[in-house]
Amino acid sequence: MLSYLVRRLLYAVPILFGVILITFFLDNVMMTPNEKAGRVLGNKAVGKTREEWIRNRGLDLPMPTQFVRYVKKTVTLDFGTSWQTGREVRKIFLNGAGPSLLITVPGFFAAFTASLALALFQVFVRDSPLDRGLTIATVALMSIPTMVYVIFGQAVIALGLSYFPAYGFSYGGFGMVRFLLLPVAIFIMINLGYNTRLYRAIFLEEIQQDYVRTALAKGLSGTRILTVHVFKNGLIALITLVVAQLPKLVLGSLLIESLFGIPGLGNVLVQAIQNADQPVVMASVILGSVLYITGLILTDICYALADPRIRLS
Amino acid sequence: MSTPPLLDIRNLTIHFHTENGVVEAVKNISLQLAKGETLAVVGESGSGKSVTGLALTRLLPEPPARYVSGEILLEGRDVLKMTARELRAIRGNKIAYIFQEPSTSLNPVFTIRSQIAEVIHLHRPEVTDVDAEIVKYLDMVGIVNPAQRMHDYPHQLSGGMQQRAMIAMALSCQPDLLIADEPTTALDVTIQAQIIDQLKDLKKRLDMSIILITHNFGIIEGIADRVAVMFRGKIVEEGATRSVLSNPQHAYTKALIQCIPQLGAKRKRLTTIDHAELEALG
Amino acid sequence: MSAIFNHWLTQNALVIGSFALVFFLLRAGARNERWQRAWVRLKCDRTGLIALGIICVYLLVGALEMLRVPNGGGPTRSIIDVLTASIAPEKTYSAPLADELLASPLHEKTVGRHLLGTDVLGKDVFVETLKACRTALIIGGLTTAIYIPLGALLGILAGYFRRWVDDVIQYIYSTLASIPEILLLVAILLVLGKGLGTMALALGITGWVGLCRLIRGETMRQSERPYIAAARALGQTHWKIVIHHLLPNVMHLVLISAVLGFSNIVLAEAILSYLGVGAPVGTASWGAMIDSGRTELSRDPFVWWNISAATVALFGLVLALNLLGDALRRAFDPKRG
Repeated sequence: MLSYLVRRLLYAVPILFGVILITFFLDNVMMTPNEKAGRVLGNKAVGKTREEWIRNRGLDLPMPTQFVRYVKKTVTLDFGTSWQTGREVRKIFLNGAGPSLLITVPGFFAAFTASLALALFQVFVRDSPLDRGLTIATVALMSIPTMVYVIFGQAVIALGLSYFPAYGFSYGGFGMVRFLLLPVAIFIMINLGYNTRLYRAIFLEEIQQDYVRTALAKGLSGTRILTVHVFKNGLIALITLVVAQLPKLVLGSLLIESLFGIPGLGNVLVQAIQNADQPVVMASVILGSVLYITGLILTDICYALADPRIRLS
Repeated sequence: MSTPPLLDIRNLTIHFHTENGVVEAVKNISLQLAKGETLAVVGESGSGKSVTGLALTRLLPEPPARYVSGEILLEGRDVLKMTARELRAIRGNKIAYIFQEPSTSLNPVFTIRSQIAEVIHLHRPEVTDVDAEIVKYLDMVGIVNPAQRMHDYPHQLSGGMQQRAMIAMALSCQPDLLIADEPTTALDVTIQAQIIDQLKDLKKRLDMSIILITHNFGIIEGIADRVAVMFRGKIVEEGATRSVLSNPQHAYTKALIQCIPQLGAKRKRLTTIDHAELEALG
Repeated sequence: MSAIFNHWLTQNALVIGSFALVFFLLRAGARNERWQRAWVRLKCDRTGLIALGIICVYLLVGALEMLRVPNGGGPTRSIIDVLTASIAPEKTYSAPLADELLASPLHEKTVGRHLLGTDVLGKDVFVETLKACRTALIIGGLTTAIYIPLGALLGILAGYFRRWVDDVIQYIYSTLASIPEILLLVAILLVLGKGLGTMALALGITGWVGLCRLIRGETMRQSERPYIAAARALGQTHWKIVIHHLLPNVMHLVLISAVLGFSNIVLAEAILSYLGVGAPVGTASWGAMIDSGRTELSRDPFVWWNISAATVALFGLVLALNLLGDALRRAFDPKRG
């Protein structure tokens, strides 16, 4: 197990190197130091101030030297400071993770459970008009942009359910729950369609396996075959998909957080994007990649724990 | 009034409705099986033999399958007229199955123990010591050290052992009829012989009927009392195993028997079957 | 050079050329026996046919907006401009079918009514919604034209040659896949700048990974089939094997991915509009219309028609694409789905 983990982490190194190379390329090669200085200091700053700014950051050094410095900084989690606010990027990320998780974690598990139930129900009534109708409904849910969910959700609240605030956030207590309820509900809606479709496909694949025929030949009822035999096999297949997404929950949901004014990482990122705050965006690219790789490793571990056929070695 | 035979198939016809039209998988076949008797149903793939086997407890998915006509009488009761609940009561209990591919037919994520226990709980709720019962049957099919092996997952057993576990599971509810659908096809040749010997042994010890579905005439001698040869959904020849083997009547039967590789026999090439010629014969 | 490129005749030729290219590619694919069988099945699939019909309507509307005709001495107009010339600009946020018309009392109660009201600039929302079809199709079309050949080719190469070719391609796509798609998109767009072309390029760079993975797997499966070994034994070149044997046998997956991928691109455009890296200002786009709905819905009385029209139009296209993609999958692989 341990040797497996070490090997897996070593695999991650070249990938992370590639990601750093991409961000470096986008950040430094595609943009001249002068353009950067202009963005940060404003176009009014000219001559000496600019040159000084460029020299202080080592942007006048040869590219390979700059790259080595860039890698060193990234590895020590020094992502620099935000162009927009001047705050340290690392601190911004640490502060933003909490509120993000408050939305994504409950939303994720609720969406998972609801989709699982819906998918199982669809498999139970498979090939009936009800199943076909639900399939189209799940595709329809997927076909609505996130923005529309949020904007109409807020409009409905503004019109009627004014108990739930349509915008803002407060830390702690029941007030926070009030602020979170609608964003979480929308998070669930956004994921419901896609998840249900995927899970249904996985369970339908399982239903065609030989062991289902054996179970039928044993005299088991359709319900038992579905909820015991097919369910356990399908669930193991699902774990791969679900666990891989867990670490990424830290990043939050860009649209929901910014549209609801929740001070999570997603919101921070949207502001950074809208203000072309490059250090924050590039750091998030690297963070996202680290989280993704973590997800893959977690998946393998969970797979080995859940599936008797798999042993990590 | 004489007691009805264990199984009496009368004029059974089964169609499959596919997008390319209707396929007549089984055409008007009739078969009888007495208690304790072993019948081999021989034919090549697509001849309708497996379909017939699955039809006996209505295991074919409907659609595409459709039972067009006929009766399947199990101790005088028509299986095709049974409710879903009645069908579940005979599946595994009166008629049990073993299939071709043990590695996929067993559920990969449950232990052998839990898969056998499940069927005992279902059909024999009176059994109190389920584990002892499982050990008994695993022992009966020749699994060494059954008390430990029953906690294994299917993938921890070899192919032959998996098939033995399948047989144990099938026997665990003391069925009147065991349907073995190509039970040895997926196994190595030496293992094949062991499994067939195992079935022979079980046939002697338990008063149980067996339907052995196979494409291989070579394995039925010494186990089957009678043999029915199926070709394109029809039974083209039926009789006592010995007489069919020594004096086959139908050209297809002859061809199938010639296909058995003989140890020590020198042949330039393996025998093949000319279907066009057989079709012409009818 | 750019004067020639920007000339309306060149532009029209490009549009017609692209539609013709798609048509001929589909015709070429239809010679494959597997595609013919799939087509027979698709013809029995009511959902799929309806979806296909809806998509054709969108294609038609988009084409009408793409084709330009001269307008006297002034800048060229699209055919939709010509068809809707009778609809006069109106005051800001006039409600759908409002009785009061300020600009020209002559048109009252007849033509020129604003079927879906007007937007902040007084433009007719219905016309803008139709025009936005062009934006969606251009972004979708350009992106598809970038990522489909890239993903399919690299996938086949990785799956057929294996060894170091596979290692390199796998490394590239694992690296790209490890970055959350939207962040990579934004990072590329921040550096490249806004525009329909750069958006398509960014979407193309992030989009080929999934297809490549899919095609690589299928190519590996196909390569193990005897017909590839036979082709090799007959001394066919790698190039011939890839073009004549592997490509036709994975093209159906490419088609399904292209259809489903198109819907993702249309949805992504809406998100990018909100993030401020969407279609350039002045280009009609559903994403921008939905984005403006944020403020419009909080006005009093609230302006619902702009966002609703864009949502319905976008939803219709994405839903139709998704349903068609599913129908194609069923048609090509009837055992699943």
